[in-house]
Amino acid sequence: MPARNWIFAVAVALFLSLSTFSSAQDLQIVNAERRIDLSSHIVKAFLTLKVENIGKDPAADMLLAFPPTQIKNLAMVQALAVTGKKKKKTYLPLDVKPSEQPDAPNDAGYFLVSFATPLGPGEAVTLEVLYILTHSLEPFPVEITQSESQLVYYRDSAVVLSPYRIKQQTTFFKTPSTRVESFTSVEPANRAGKEIKYGAYEDRVPYSYAPVIVHFENNSPFAVVEELVREIEISHWGSLQITENYRLTHGGARHKGVFSRVEYQSRRSISGSSSFNALLAVLPPRVNSVYYRDNIGNISTSHLRTGFKKSELEFEPRYPLFGGWKATFIIGYRVPLEDYLFEAPDGRRYLNFTFGCPLVETIVNKLTLKVVLPEGSKDPSAVLPFAVNQDLQVKYSYLDIVGRTVVVLQKDNVVPTHNVPFQVYYTFKPIYMLAEPLMLVSAFFFVFVTSLAYVHIDLNIVKK
Amino acid sequence: MGAKKASPDLLNSSFSFKSLKLKTKQQELLLRVSILGLVYVLAFIARLFSVLRYESMIHEFDPYFNYRTTLYLTEKGFYEFWNWFDSESWYPLGRIIGGTLYPGLMVTAALIYWTLRFLRFFVHIREVCVLTAPFFASNTTIVAYFFGKEIWDTGAGLVAAALIAICPGYISRSVAGSYDNEAVAIFALLLTFYLFVKAVKTGSLSWALGSAFGYFYMVSAWGGYVFIINLVPLYVLVLLITGRYSMRLYVAYNCMYILGMLLAMQIRFVGFQHVQSGEHMGAMGVFLLMQVFYFLDWVKYQLNDTKLFQTFLRITVTSAILVGGIALGVGTASGYISPWTGRFYSLLDPTYAKDHIPIIASVSEHQPTAWSSFMFDYHILLFLFPAGLYFCFKRLSDATIFIVMYGLTSLYFAGVMVRLILVATPAVCLISAIAVSATVKNLTSLLRTKQKVPQTGSTKGVGSSKSSSKVTLDQSQPFQKNGAIALLVGVFYLLSRYAIHCTWVTSEAYSSPSIVLAARGAHGNRIIFDDYREAYYWLRQNTPTDAKVMSWWDYGYQITAMGNRTVIVDNNTWNNTHIATVGRAMSSYEDEAYDIMRSLDVNYVLVVFGGVTGYSSDDINKFLWMVRIGGGVYPVIKEPDYLVNGEFRVDKGASPKMLNCLMYKLCYYRFGELVTEYGKPTGYDRARGVEIGNKDIKLEHLEEAYTTSNWIVRIYRVKPPTNRL
Repeated sequence: MPARNWIFAVAVALFLSLSTFSSAQDLQIVNAERRIDLSSHIVKAFLTLKVENIGKDPAADMLLAFPPTQIKNLAMVQALAVTGKKKKKTYLPLDVKPSEQPDAPNDAGYFLVSFATPLGPGEAVTLEVLYILTHSLEPFPVEITQSESQLVYYRDSAVVLSPYRIKQQTTFFKTPSTRVESFTSVEPANRAGKEIKYGAYEDRVPYSYAPVIVHFENNSPFAVVEELVREIEISHWGSLQITENYRLTHGGARHKGVFSRVEYQSRRSISGSSSFNALLAVLPPRVNSVYYRDNIGNISTSHLRTGFKKSELEFEPRYPLFGGWKATFIIGYRVPLEDYLFEAPDGRRYLNFTFGCPLVETIVNKLTLKVVLPEGSKDPSAVLPFAVNQDLQVKYSYLDIVGRTVVVLQKDNVVPTHNVPFQVYYTFKPIYMLAEPLMLVSAFFFVFVTSLAYVHIDLNIVKK
Repeated sequence: MGAKKASPDLLNSSFSFKSLKLKTKQQELLLRVSILGLVYVLAFIARLFSVLRYESMIHEFDPYFNYRTTLYLTEKGFYEFWNWFDSESWYPLGRIIGGTLYPGLMVTAALIYWTLRFLRFFVHIREVCVLTAPFFASNTTIVAYFFGKEIWDTGAGLVAAALIAICPGYISRSVAGSYDNEAVAIFALLLTFYLFVKAVKTGSLSWALGSAFGYFYMVSAWGGYVFIINLVPLYVLVLLITGRYSMRLYVAYNCMYILGMLLAMQIRFVGFQHVQSGEHMGAMGVFLLMQVFYFLDWVKYQLNDTKLFQTFLRITVTSAILVGGIALGVGTASGYISPWTGRFYSLLDPTYAKDHIPIIASVSEHQPTAWSSFMFDYHILLFLFPAGLYFCFKRLSDATIFIVMYGLTSLYFAGVMVRLILVATPAVCLISAIAVSATVKNLTSLLRTKQKVPQTGSTKGVGSSKSSSKVTLDQSQPFQKNGAIALLVGVFYLLSRYAIHCTWVTSEAYSSPSIVLAARGAHGNRIIFDDYREAYYWLRQNTPTDAKVMSWWDYGYQITAMGNRTVIVDNNTWNNTHIATVGRAMSSYEDEAYDIMRSLDVNYVLVVFGGVTGYSSDDINKFLWMVRIGGGVYPVIKEPDYLVNGEFRVDKGASPKMLNCLMYKLCYYRFGELVTEYGKPTGYDRARGVEIGNKDIKLEHLEEAYTTSNWIVRIYRVKPPTNRL
């Protein structure tokens, strides 16, 4: 693999030295500092860029480039513009969206960051970029036994891939423990404790690339939710019922050979160190009627702590999860309606709820969020800060006649940073609330009238 | 109620209470309906203890199969279900589900489910299955009321409904989650009996038809229908002998038997057994006897000559018996009529199973009943039952003869097998209800006559007999009133003790799902052992979907239903050889067992082990049955090899064969390193209270794949054979 990456890098460099980008040459990065946090299986990279306009025209936006191996694992990119000096820093969120460049070298992917105000010639701005990578730690060895520790590869470049010239840059990798088997050396590079530092590198041409591999120990829980279906059912009678269907797997090095209970319970520190047994879900405050079960019944190992800010559900799957083991379960709970349902100024109602997955430090490969609106709701529309697939369905629940409208929001590769509020707007006439009680009342009424009639009507043909 | 409304002209006689003449009658009706309504609700909620104590789940072993098939039925539809070949059980044989099960329960649950969905109640099928048994128990109370009314009076009916609603003997098999055939079968049984008694009483074809359909439902639901098809002819025979033959009986029995038989043949599992199996021949014999009787009656009427008739009678009876005997002999000899099955034999002769069929004897619910369990399940009914019999004999009628026969025969069977207490329960409740009702009625009428209340007669139910009370009215004894009051207080005290006992038994003894085990911790807190589901779910999630799991047959249904994996044997113990093969593998040395497991394509072996928790119904305690069943087919396995001086031990003094057989190794693998109890050596088995004899267990062909958190279930992976280079 390293050899291939080198060839790739050389090719990129050759290709790039020949090509020129008119727009790209107008900007240059004076200083780039990148800190990549490898302590969990969600790789977080903090990139601080000082961008300067060296062209003649004002620049409205700039590009962030990512190698193709990363672009498909990229869960989120956020950018902030920093203004002000050290202590009075203010952050201004910038608009970031994926972008296609027709002449992208080697399938590199791009994100376009729009400046708050166009960057005039000679001006400079400091940007803070956060991007999150999932599934980027590759276990090696691929299979481990119960007593072994989990080692992983992380592949990246020692220099920041960018369509612009970078004057000066450094990259730090933070590993979860001091145990680092190896790391590619691109001088100057050194390691101190849990940190590996690459750079500083001076004056790199656009699209410079220097592949590095870090091989280190990572025993943090590789909790990957392969599929999560969350259903939020709005009842105007006062509650919001949330049902979450999880398909969880351990995404780390696969478990090999025996599972020994004796060792697992008596030598916990060295046995099954990469496995995990406890999970934590952060639920809304004032949550009630919480249940935790799976297809074959209730699971009794869970604890709920409710608080004013948030509630925490600490729970254990039926068995500890070793590499490659799977578990499916369902978490359901109820929250009071008044905390989440509001009336918009235009008379519509809207649900304000949190997107994403309540489990901490997990990756969700496929998240489907279904908002079940009350029967009789019309014109649903969802407002989210990022792009998702939207769809409408119909669901039949208790005593439904026409069915309930379901707003389906679907997103792949979801990380905890996606736990942000979203809104679903709809119109609803309160009179529909009475439909179901009236149906029940009339059914009972009918039963009593029938029995009344039955008692009083004599059906005998022959009078006695 | 709907059925009654549909055919009002046929059922005139039973509707006299509807006339609007008397206000007290309406009041009485209201009272009766509300008592019945309360009893109905009570019967349902008393059975919800298991849901409260544990959760809404399917219990025990067989219900898991029923649940799985119901799930299949609701998902795939009836025809798929009927033609289902299940390759997940009895590997490599498989099982034709449609032809080897009683579909009544599953179809009932599916119909309830579909009806609820049609009415826009989107319940889960599991909830329907869990609540089917309580629902049918409630329905049974209604049938018990009508039955009691039929054989005695409305008062007895109400008492019977109340008694059966909470009788532990019935509750033990019908708590929420106990989704077994018996759940609906007791309802069907009592309904059939009630309709038949009604038919005999009225001589009406419609009741007989109803009874035939009740019988059909019973046949579709439970193998216990054999009891009906033998009791009813026996009853008819008794009536014939006691000179109670009538046209009513003729109509009722013929219609019920012929139609019931034809309908029962529609159930594939039963098929032509009604004409081919020895167990059903009694009914046919009585049917033919009926015809002879009718014929003789006719001849007698035609002849008008006693002497001539006597000779004719002798000839006809002799030839009829002769022809019948020859037919039976030829049928049996040619194999057309199958002989009685082992289970039937073991009912008639309690020691039969122990000597001949270890697989039947190994099931705990097939053991003969201990006195204590009669006391536990019937409580005061045990004393009321003889009293009720006395009242029945005092006022003998066709109906009371039936209930007496039902009570006595079923009580005999209840003594033979623990599980048949269930069948006896309705009879015991009905007869006891007669005792309670008649006693209370006599006592209150005594009180009333003293007070000279004018309306003595009007509050009594329709068709109630005053004869029993009138006898006592005329005799005046000293302190009669006080004595009556004291006795009444005693009766109510007894009944309230009964209610308390039933509630206690239900909540403490009969509500455990046996999948989830609960124990009290050191500080009085409740500890849940959920190891079974832990293991099954592990199997379901972390093994290849085509993996075959070998375990003792007890866990087969649970593994397929919860673990969704193929099993070698399961609780449908139809193939003794296959079970014996598994028993043989478990009781052989590891390398011999490995060959057997390889030949059966086994990937995983599952054993249940209680040594850590002190759970006593584990595989080591069942092990002797594996040896016996295995040895019954394969004489290589000899029971004495596993015993020391006739004693079963697992400690150092155990036999060498025992210490090295597969079951021992799998249960105790690496158990020797564990300290289970403070102050005891390592490897101390808490279930048997001994230190194990072989602590250094090496496995050659198997490896530990998973052990649950309390060690109750241990799963081993069968290693592929090593390469021969």
